[in-house]
Amino acid sequence: MSAVRLVSVFVENKPGQTANVTGILAEAGVNIRWATIASSGSFGVLKFLVDKCDTACQSLRRKGFMVSALDVLAVEVPDQPGALHTVAQTLAAEQINLDNTSGFVAKNAAILIVETQDLPRAGAALERKGWRLLTESELINL
Amino acid sequence: MFWHRELETMERSALERLQLKRLQETVRRVAASVPLYKDRFAEHGVRPDDVQSLSDVRRLPFTTSVDLRASYPDKMLAVERDQLSRLHTSSGTTGKPKAIFFSASDIDNAADQIARCLVMTGLKRGDVLQNMMTYGLFTGALVMHYGAEKVGCLVIPAGPGNSERQLLLMRDFRTTAIHLTPSYALYFADFLERNGVNSKRDLSLRKAFVGAEPHTEETRRKIQESLGIDVYNSYGLSEMNGPGVAFECIHKTGMHLWEDNYILEIIHPETGEPLPDGQRGELVLTTLSRQAMPLLRYRTRDLTSVIPGPCQCGRTHRRLSRITGRTDDMLIVRGVNIYPQQIERVLMGLPAIGRNYLITLEGLDEMTVQVELAETGFDGRVEHLVKLKDQIVERLRAETLVKPKVELVPPGTLPVSEGKAKRVIDKRVL
Repeated sequence: MSAVRLVSVFVENKPGQTANVTGILAEAGVNIRWATIASSGSFGVLKFLVDKCDTACQSLRRKGFMVSALDVLAVEVPDQPGALHTVAQTLAAEQINLDNTSGFVAKNAAILIVETQDLPRAGAALERKGWRLLTESELINL
Repeated sequence: MFWHRELETMERSALERLQLKRLQETVRRVAASVPLYKDRFAEHGVRPDDVQSLSDVRRLPFTTSVDLRASYPDKMLAVERDQLSRLHTSSGTTGKPKAIFFSASDIDNAADQIARCLVMTGLKRGDVLQNMMTYGLFTGALVMHYGAEKVGCLVIPAGPGNSERQLLLMRDFRTTAIHLTPSYALYFADFLERNGVNSKRDLSLRKAFVGAEPHTEETRRKIQESLGIDVYNSYGLSEMNGPGVAFECIHKTGMHLWEDNYILEIIHPETGEPLPDGQRGELVLTTLSRQAMPLLRYRTRDLTSVIPGPCQCGRTHRRLSRITGRTDDMLIVRGVNIYPQQIERVLMGLPAIGRNYLITLEGLDEMTVQVELAETGFDGRVEHLVKLKDQIVERLRAETLVKPKVELVPPGTLPVSEGKAKRVIDKRVL
């Protein structure tokens, strides 16, 4: 099973914080392929799929940000009705809870980014059903 | 190890005889030279000769911080002005400060008391003490400074703040002990961590003396663990000389209060009635060796108890338990009495939580607690943060009976104190 790393950054929920983070990434020559922002009261968590995960983490840490590389699954599904449904069903059948999940379409393929507490079991269940899990480099080079 | 073995391990009966003798002298002196006491004695109908036993101390009037402010600048002196060597003031958060005068013998006595404290923790000639308290009007740094010199330590008068320079001094002069506030100790530990300094591996540090702010056992543990050193609790207040009034020995089971220099009482803060050993109440101190400015039954406002029974170290001077709050610090939120230390205890017990927090009271009795995450407290998942936040809310509610609003923030976000920490902001307009 291949997991993909996201750069996850904990920030104060206040204006300018995202710009601070993206500014550091730009300066470090890191390309962002996908991003999501979740906020909860006083704080927010920014998650990025980037081409250079280690560089991104290091440069953010150096600037004092709290950063963690977060393992997620990237599932390739056909760009057609019902695709998400079948993935969701596969995981539901295994009693696996999805935490944060989102998707995007790139070059005829639809990619689901799946975050769950039980990554290995989720990955195995999906692969058993014939779903293809993308590696980090495959995903970045789409 | 002892600085004055005989004095420190004196039989209780001999110690009490010494106390009585010094109390009688002190009372006679202030009755003759301090107008405030002359008047109070008259009001209370006591004469110096009425003090025949130690329990007669209870017949004497209390002295409060209000009295000290009213006597500002110099109406409490018991000696001529040309006998004075030093002035300190006690931080007045509002209005006038309290002026505390020292004669030459008072300075020497305060230093001697510190020497006992330091030696009691194993400090000795050849140690290097980096003094990270504020030098100046505040007693914290200077009184410690003189005492550590007396022991034979090399003292680095670093003062607080400028953590880069602190680290440089520590490395280059192989500092073995530091003296600082617990909040700065937490901040400094964090600073070292951020800069990749492992104090156990890279520094010669062995001991920290923390004081000037009440703090919890959990905070001590956190400082000890993050710096890999022994942390000793120090109690003092400017009105009573500053640091070293009571101090922990190597057993770290309460702070020995130097009873040859003070009479200690624990009273009920509202009724003024004496409380037995083991029961928590307000600490009241009478100076026995002070020349320039003796104080009788000074209401410290600090809440503590006397730990019953002797200490393994052999010292006969009784021990105080950790200060659990100041009667002045108590917050009343929605009718409930809360001490900031209760909140600190909860927070410092959670590994995912960092070292800094801030309590804000505003609006209609809303309590918000801002909490910094530990460096290792973030694994990338929002869900875990939300869960942690809920857990803090629940634990604080269980501890204080008030449900606070909790805000998690990244480390280094909250204002940092390099002197005394400000933990509570009260914006309520009542």
